[in-house]
Amino acid sequence: MTVQVESYGTLAEVARAIGSGALYLGGGTLVMRDVNAGVAQGRIVRTSDPVLSEVRASGDGVTVGAGVTMAQVMAHRDLGFLAQVARAVGGPQVRNMATVGGNLFAPHPYGDFTVALLALGARVIGAGQGGQRPLEDILRDRARAGLVAAIEVPRPRDPRDFGFLKVSRIKPKGVSVLSVAALLPREGGRIRGARIAFGAMGPMPLRAVAAERVLDGQALDAATIARAVQVATDGLDPPTDALATSWYRREVAGVHLRRLLERMERG
Amino acid sequence: MAKKPVTITLNGAERAAFADDGQNLLEFLRRGVGDLSPKYGCGQGTCGACTVTIDGETHLACLTLAESVQGKRIETAAGLANGTLHPLQDAFMEHFAAQCGYCTPGMLVSAKALLDRNPAPTREDVVEAISGNLCRCTGYEPIIAAILSVAQGRARA
Repeated sequence: MTVQVESYGTLAEVARAIGSGALYLGGGTLVMRDVNAGVAQGRIVRTSDPVLSEVRASGDGVTVGAGVTMAQVMAHRDLGFLAQVARAVGGPQVRNMATVGGNLFAPHPYGDFTVALLALGARVIGAGQGGQRPLEDILRDRARAGLVAAIEVPRPRDPRDFGFLKVSRIKPKGVSVLSVAALLPREGGRIRGARIAFGAMGPMPLRAVAAERVLDGQALDAATIARAVQVATDGLDPPTDALATSWYRREVAGVHLRRLLERMERG
Repeated sequence: MAKKPVTITLNGAERAAFADDGQNLLEFLRRGVGDLSPKYGCGQGTCGACTVTIDGETHLACLTLAESVQGKRIETAAGLANGTLHPLQDAFMEHFAAQCGYCTPGMLVSAKALLDRNPAPTREDVVEAISGNLCRCTGYEPIIAAILSVAQGRARA
């Protein structure tokens, strides 16, 4: 074992110490796995700064500390709209460990929580001088994302505007064949600002931009859903792995998007 | 390699040992402290054979950094029997819930954590509670039956 673990009292100290090349250890479900396999080498930094576990609700959103676990998301009264998403991650032990911040860095086919955050239009707050950036920017180059302090999640105006679905072969706990999340805010019966995100349909969670375009400005009805489903995988190149081939993922993605949208149509 | 002293309360008793840099809690418990009840299955968080509770919550010992549990309360399957077997252990025998037995310590810890939190679980609650523990022998039904029998107070019937 050739890792050196450095523990710090505060997140600010970690931000100063992390430098380049060091791994940040959060809940452990990703980094310790690599340590056990001998894949992780060199410096590992960590902190148990309580600021990472804070959840703060404001008018139209919730700021979730990067160290908040899936189990804490499920239990928090301000995060009810994300409870079913957190529940879809791992088994009970993993949910007691895996963090919201770590999920942003989960490699394919993991990272279902991030799929929901992407659909909700979340922003990522960096530690230290990191500032605030759209989640999409972080996902585009995760190796250079820097240290994450918290995630700002806009709350759906109406809980029925947001939907999430995870497809796995093993019940109740299984890895994603794919997951899909949709945010469909409606004004006067028309969708304004549709956001659809897929997980396990690319190297990282990705938006289904073509489907969003079809949905925008329309009422959520059978005809609109059918047109959105037709373009569900436009621009997506899903990977082949032990769970499913690229062909299979492309074939079924529209089916599952249809099921999610129909569920949301029924309200 | 740096060694770090780690003190824990293991099944009610204070224990201390040195942890290697990057050592996981499973190795620390088995090699450092000598509690062989949590098992090494996959080392990557899939099988649940290493399940322990940390301050009452189930965690995977193989994915927990040993030094991060300094001062915490850890319970393993070895702490269940107290002179006599724990009702869950009796029920596992009664219902043939163990065949090869490798998953059993992790199953028992997950089951105990469930019943501590929810003394009257539904079948669905039990299935959910052990969804992070793989068993390749039993097909799960005897395990579910054993846990439900304890919940319903029929363990020694």
